[in-house]
Formats: sequence, structure tokens, C-alpha cells
Amino acid sequence: MSTTAPPMVSFRHAVKTFPAKSGEVRAVDDVTLDIRTGEIFGVIGYSGAGKSTLVRLINALEPATAGEVIVDGQDVTALPERELRRVRAGIGMIFQQFNLLSSRTVAGNVGYALAVAGWPREERKDRIAELLDFVGLADKARQYPSQLSGGQKQRVGIARALATNPKILLADEATSALDPETTQDVLDLLRRVNSELGVTVVVITHEMDVVKYACDRVAVMEGGKVVEHGDVYSVFARPEHRATRRFVGTALRDRPSPAALERLRHRHPGRIVTVAVREDGASSTDLTRALREHPVDGTIIYGGIVEIAERPYGSLTLELAGEDAAIAGFITDLSSTTSVLDLGTAEHPLADPDAVGPRATTASPEGDEGPSSPTLPQAVDTDRLADADSPTWNPFTHLRRWRR
Amino acid sequence: MNNETDWDYLVPLLQKAFGETLWMVSISLLIAGVAGLALGLAVYVTRRGNFLENRIVFTVLNLLINTIRPIPFIIFVFAVGPLTMALVGRTIGIEAAIPPMAIMAAVAFARLVEQNLVALDPGVVEAARAMGASRWRIVWSVLIPEALGPLILAFTFLTIAVIDMSAVVGMIGAGGLGDFAIRHGYQRFNWEVVWATVAIIIVLVQLVQVLGNALARKALRR
Ligand SMILES: Nc1ncnc2c1ncn2[C@@H]1O[C@H](COP(=O)(O)OP(=O)(O)OP(=O)(O)O)[C@@H](O)[C@H]1O
Ligand SMILES: [Mg+2]
Repeated sequence: MSTTAPPMVSFRHAVKTFPAKSGEVRAVDDVTLDIRTGEIFGVIGYSGAGKSTLVRLINALEPATAGEVIVDGQDVTALPERELRRVRAGIGMIFQQFNLLSSRTVAGNVGYALAVAGWPREERKDRIAELLDFVGLADKARQYPSQLSGGQKQRVGIARALATNPKILLADEATSALDPETTQDVLDLLRRVNSELGVTVVVITHEMDVVKYACDRVAVMEGGKVVEHGDVYSVFARPEHRATRRFVGTALRDRPSPAALERLRHRHPGRIVTVAVREDGASSTDLTRALREHPVDGTIIYGGIVEIAERPYGSLTLELAGEDAAIAGFITDLSSTTSVLDLGTAEHPLADPDAVGPRATTASPEGDEGPSSPTLPQAVDTDRLADADSPTWNPFTHLRRWRR
Repeated sequence: MNNETDWDYLVPLLQKAFGETLWMVSISLLIAGVAGLALGLAVYVTRRGNFLENRIVFTVLNLLINTIRPIPFIIFVFAVGPLTMALVGRTIGIEAAIPPMAIMAAVAFARLVEQNLVALDPGVVEAARAMGASRWRIVWSVLIPEALGPLILAFTFLTIAVIDMSAVVGMIGAGGLGDFAIRHGYQRFNWEVVWATVAIIIVLVQLVQVLGNALARKALRR
């Protein structure tokens, strides 16, 4: 991937509003973002965050309300419908529900894209065969979509999207209707599309695993805004925004949910801390060293470490036993090299502001921040978040930096 | 009831009536099929959120359909008398039966077409748009083929409804099986003739339904 090449897609203060009962919905709210040529770019966010609308600005299925959307050097917001059709033919798109024509065979579906692009009939056959071969469906050419599995349908969708040699492939929740194994297959295929054909791929998802597995860079969306973007590892290893932290938390489940923490406190009434484990691995070494050097006993009671972008990532939750002063010294020491989240004791509990999963017993009034994904039970409640920003509440003893 | 039904006399008349019914039904269906399809498509594409969204056109067409459809057909035949006069120059007879039948059938078919298109997954339209297909291309290469099976069933339903209407227009001397059954059966207390005609209509309707089902199944074979 070359960073010197001009970006394939540039959003410049892009805005898209829809009229709604009460005023308007800002589905995309002042987004400025570059998608580099040749990369796999992820867009992650909860339902209603504006992901689909954002990518629909790229092929102008939705016209932007304001701002610029420059695709391969051309501002598509300025183009008339006729020109747009030509631009769209150079951008492939695949969908969650596949959106195949049920009245046409597999070959007919792929051929349809060629017909729309004005390919002469006699050239279509070879191209169809070539595409079906690429996606591994050469033997299914004469079947109808209803005779295929979800994964096969999505492969047809990909073949169809690639028919006219697009430079960009947009994948809107392309794996959300598939089981984990099929998801993996389809993501592998998208990676091949990217590496073998050099197509820039934009993957929309609400699944952290998809981003983790397939993307080079990622943008996190919330309420129409891109709240954070960058390399997948840096975004997820040092999430700055609440939404990102929640994604990381749901995907890894390395930190106890409020309910789990409640249960932990019963069994472990002492001081509980969560220690971040990051790419260089120093943090777990540091932990061992700190436990040796301070008169503190640490028991691992919760945690998990996985790989993101092939680098270690996760956290360990420990119960600390010892003198208060020793524990404070231990935390200060450890905080100088990694981040430590203090969860307090059973007697004086502190909450994890980014906790995800079932809440503890006494629920506070419903304070949802917008619609949340159905797979995600419930996260932080807003009054805790409000507390988190107030100076009196400081769960992190020293930190706010998740150091390398 | 007559002791003896004079079938030698009636059979040629019945054949003629059958021919008239086929003629009225075919012409009305032809007009209603084309006009209804166009009207149904127009309502669909101008509907909110669709690609030729147009509040005014949608409202007018929708209102037109909703106004005509509930009118009882027998009243409608008389109500459009002046229009029929203007179109075919007379208000009785077989030609005069065609305008009211065609209009009523077109309106009914328009609604059926629209409903079947609305039931389509909008995703396929979006996919075609994303490929750069033009609007008209989407209409003929996506909407109609995707809805073909249900559209055939809708047309079958329409055919049967029009056969039904053709019996009613016997009232304005339009000939056909309905007229035959009334004139030679009902009015002479000859139930044999009435039931014979009813049997023919039932067989006709069954044939249409069987044919329609077979064609629809073929279209849905996917
Ligand atoms: N055609 C439309 N008309 C009105 N509002 C719309 C339209 N499309 C999207 N919206 C609104 O814009 C916001 C963003 O929608 P969008 O579909 O982009 O979200 P998303 O992140 O793709 O969500 P999901 O994960 O559910 O697909 C939502 O509030 C939605 O209700
Ligand atoms: Mg979406």
C-alpha cells in the first residue's frame, strides 16, 4: 500500500441529512476522511450510526447534502445522473441480503452487471466464466440463487460486483447474515479481491471481528460522525472514544461486565484492578516484576489476551492483597508503563466506564445513548459516563494513556 | 319449467354467446393488461422513497384507482355511459361493453401490479442502481421479471374477474354467456339452460386458473 498515491475516496465535510418527523436526521455529519488506494478500509459503528449512508455517498446512491465526496479524483456530488451511472459502474457493491435477481441464474446475475455496463454479448460469456472461477462457483453457473447457501450467494454478489473491473468494492454488512465460518471464507475472498486484483475495499460492519480480521484501517462512527479513525491496531489498542472502547470490550470480553464484576466482588472483596496488555508484551512482564517488587499479592480473577492485527491485545483483572500503601505504590509503579484501571473494593467500588455486557443488579434509569446493536446487551449508563468526565471521579489512578 | 329444451335451437346461440364472451374478455384484458401495468408501475415508481418519487402524480393516480375500484360494476357500466358513447358511438351492444370492462379491469390490475411490486425486495433495485442501471432499465429488467410469477397470478385473477364482468354486461345487451343465460334460461324459467351456461363458465374459469397457475409456476421455478 502506497501512502503517496492519492486517496481513492476523500470525504470533505460531507453531510447527508434526511427529513424526519422532528426536523431532520443528520445521518452523515461533517465527515472528513480519506480512504487510501489499495487498502481494506473498515467502517464500524452501531446500528443507525450512519455507516450505510456514508458509503452510499461514494457511489452517490444517496446524494450528499453538503461537502465533497471525491472518488478517484472526481467529485461525485457535482455530477448529473447520467454521469453518475458511469461512475457507479466503476464501483462494485455487495449487500447483507445479497440482493441477487431471483429470476436469473448465477451466470445471469453476473451477466446482468455486464449488460448494464454495455458489454457486447459475445464477450460476456468468457468474463462470467472467469469471474465464477475466481469466486469458486464455476459449477453453479446454471443454478438459481434460491438453490444456493448464504455464503455462495455472497460469492455470486462479489462476482457480480467485480464484473466490470471496478477500482472500489463497497461491502455493506456483507457478512452479517452469515455464520462465523462462512464469514471467514467471504472475508478471505475479499482479501483476495484486494491483494490479487488491487481493488480498494470498504467494509461496513458492526462486528469488531470483521475489522480485526480483514481491515488495514478503520473508522468508528457514532451519530453520523467519524469519531476515530486510523490503523486498526492503534485505534483498537488505544481507543480514545467511548464507542470504540465498547467495540473493543464486546469483541474481546476481556473485562468483566458490570454484572460479572458484581459477582467477582463477592468472591474477591479486596482491591480489584484491570491491567492492560498491549503489543510489546512489556505489560505482562511489568506485572510480574511489579508483583515481585511490591509486598502485594495478586490473583488473576478475570481477563483475556488475543491478537489484533497480529499483535497481542487484552487485559487481566486481579485482586490485590496487601497494605493500602503497598497497593497504591504497586499501582503507581505499574501505571508508569501500562494502564491500570482501578475498580476499587467491595466496600468502595468503582465502575468501569467502558464496561459492556449485562448490568449489575440495581439499574439506573434507562439512559441509552441511541440505538444499540441487538447482539450487544447493554453497556455503560450515561450517568456513570457523566461521572466519568467529572473531576471527582477517577477510576484510572494515573492514566488515560494506554501506552505502547 | 319447459318439458323439453330445444337444444337444436339453442346450441348455435350458445356458441355465438360463447364467442362473444371470448371476444369481449380478450379485448378488455388486452387493454386492461397494458393500461393496468403502466398505471401500476406509475403508482409504484412515484411512491414515496422510490426512484421517480412524485407526491402529486402518486396522489392523483392513487385517488383515481381508489375512487373507481369500489363502484359496483353494474352501476359503473351506466355511469361511464357518456364516455362509452364518446368512445364507441353507442351505449348498448358488445362494443359498448368493452370500455367499462377495460377501465374497471385496468384499475383493478393497476392495484394488483403495484401491490406485487411493493412486495419486492427493494434491495434488488438498489443493487441494480449501484451497477449504474437506468430507471427504465430497472423497470423492464428488474421489477417486471422479479415480480413475473405473482404478476401472472394477478392477471389470472383479473381474467376471471373480467369473465364475471362480461356476464353482467348482458344487462346492456352486450351478448355473451350472461346474456344467453338470462334470456334463454332465467326469463323462461328454463333452469337447465341456466345451469348449462353456469357449467360452461365454471369450466372456462377453471381452465384459465389452471393455465395461470402453470405459467406462474414456470416463472417461479427458481
Ligand atoms: N432513506 C432514509 N430516510 C430517512 N432516514 C434515513 C434514511 N436512510 C437512513 N436514515 C437514517 O439515517 C441514520 C443512519 O442510517 P444508516 O442506515 O446509515 O445507519 P447504519 O449505520 O448503516 O445502521 P445499520 O447498522 O442499522 O445498517 C439513521 O438514523 C436512519 O434512520
Ligand atoms: Mg446499514
